[in-house]
Amino acid sequence: MRAPDLIRFARDAATGNPLRTGLLVLAMAIGVAAVVVLTALGDGARRYVLNQFSAIGSNLVIVLPGRSQTGGFNPGNAITNTPRDLTVDDAQALQRASAVHRVAPLAIGTSEISVGGKLREVMVAGTTAEFIDVRRLQLAQGRFLPAGDWRRGASEAVIGAKIRDEMFGRAEALGQLVRVGDRRVRIVGVLATTGQGLGMNTDELVIVPVSLAQAMFNSNTLFRILVEANGREAIEPAKAQVTDILRLRHEGELDVTIITQDAVLATFDRLLGALTLGVAGIAAISLAVAGILVMNVMLVSVAQRTAEIGLLKALGATAATIRNAFLAESAMLSLAGAVLGFVLGQAGAAIIRQLYPVFPAFPPDWAVLAALGTALGTGVLFGVLPARRAARLEPVRALAKR
Amino acid sequence: MAAPLIELAGIERVFQLGDSEVHALHRLDVRIDAGEYVAVMGPSGSGKSTLLNLLGLLDRPNAGTYRLEGRDVTTLSAVEQARVRSERIGFVFQSFHLVPRLTAAENIALPMILAGLPPTRRAERVARALRDYGLENRADHRPDQLSGGQRQRVAIARATIMQPALLLADEPTGNLDRATGDEVVRLLEALNDQGMTLIVVTHDGGLGARARRQLLMEDGCPRHDRRRDETDGSPATCALPT
Repeated sequence: MRAPDLIRFARDAATGNPLRTGLLVLAMAIGVAAVVVLTALGDGARRYVLNQFSAIGSNLVIVLPGRSQTGGFNPGNAITNTPRDLTVDDAQALQRASAVHRVAPLAIGTSEISVGGKLREVMVAGTTAEFIDVRRLQLAQGRFLPAGDWRRGASEAVIGAKIRDEMFGRAEALGQLVRVGDRRVRIVGVLATTGQGLGMNTDELVIVPVSLAQAMFNSNTLFRILVEANGREAIEPAKAQVTDILRLRHEGELDVTIITQDAVLATFDRLLGALTLGVAGIAAISLAVAGILVMNVMLVSVAQRTAEIGLLKALGATAATIRNAFLAESAMLSLAGAVLGFVLGQAGAAIIRQLYPVFPAFPPDWAVLAALGTALGTGVLFGVLPARRAARLEPVRALAKR
Repeated sequence: MAAPLIELAGIERVFQLGDSEVHALHRLDVRIDAGEYVAVMGPSGSGKSTLLNLLGLLDRPNAGTYRLEGRDVTTLSAVEQARVRSERIGFVFQSFHLVPRLTAAENIALPMILAGLPPTRRAERVARALRDYGLENRADHRPDQLSGGQRQRVAIARATIMQPALLLADEPTGNLDRATGDEVVRLLEALNDQGMTLIVVTHDGGLGARARRQLLMEDGCPRHDRRRDETDGSPATCALPT
């Protein structure tokens, strides 16, 4: 039997019973669509978290005061006492390291901002001009803090979008004098809205020069030093150089914790990658179920078409021809189901993206390929048994059954 | 004398029914020459359908040899037997056995599709068969849109499309009224006149009487083997168990 004839014969046999074919294709399609949608969700979650982390900045090495013996990031780092402060001088010294591109010191405290009788509790971040580049922030209006001597900042502030809205409403904020704590500062810029993110919410932040912040809070220490390496491959050298410099400056004692953003990212990546795999595995079970359904339906089909198989044998069909015809049919049904499922799955993922624009629910390529491959594989694999049974039918028995 | 088309020697076919053995065919010896017109008759259970299945290579005997055109076909592999069925044997069934989802033309083309003939040659032969059997305006009808006579004509067209040497018909008129039945029989006889060997299994004495040779089966043996041009039947070719 020629291949085009075989395919046409199998197609006619499949379309000869639309209900059976439709149900089978639907079952296969649901399996494939489940894999596509669920992996899209899993991978979307992974990307979402990674995006949130990357939003902090890229190629970052973060220096925290205090030594965490176990290493890594630990919420305790934020509140433990440290024998030696992390100072602006430390931050400035880090600029000398060759693998370091930019350094931004960060002092944090809470204070009140008041303007025109309105009072609000805010988080005040003391930093330098480099901060906006290191953290990849966008300005909506005005300018950021000017570059210059870190120890002598002007009385200027950049405010978050939410602060602007709440304190000034529809009025112009740029150039206004406001009171932050006991200082009067002039607003020179407004940050663009970033939405809720991991880490601090820049919408509710007031950024002032680091010297001003330290004076305001009467403290010498920094909350963090953000170090941006020259590139992705420079992260490790930068970390080593930062470690050396700080050890030297702190009389041979490494009383700071240095973490790289990459390490945090990699952990989340692995974690959520495993989650996606697990979800894909669960969805794959539905594919296996669909495969068994294919087998069941094909077995019923063989039983129903016994007379036809006998006839084909009487007309000179070999066992191989019969087997191929049934295999072609189950492969065709699986293929149709896989394609339909792929389309449904992609449509489902698109709908999710439409409903939650911040959530990048794209199914990963490997999952799509694996789903299509598994669908075809199970279809053919589970088609083998019915096809062999059909091929083995004795023609005389098959014909006798009317 | 040339080798006969069919030569059965010592054919045994035993079915197991429960714990008893049923001899459907018992030490059967039959020779049929090319171009003969044979009616196989007999009561139910006499083994005539079994004989037809054996002749059509749909069934294998438990013992004995079957020579078709001088070639022992009982020892052939399943694939080779399928090839013989495809090229040398045509079947016509009582219940037509048309594939319901295929049109008349597609049903006729089925043996050629299975044999792997190229589509252009198939189309040509199907067109000729439709013309020969008066089915031109029924080509695109499905079996359920055809009358019984038309269905059987499609079935005969399908059985002869590969130009077989042997045409086996199992009660070809069994599901037809007398008029259409006669029409179908005339069609089969016309094929026989063209040299095709025709073997018809039937209950119908009238149909059987038209054949030039009658093989009357009883308990797995030909009780009577008579040619119309002979005055007396040949001796029974089967030794009955005593």
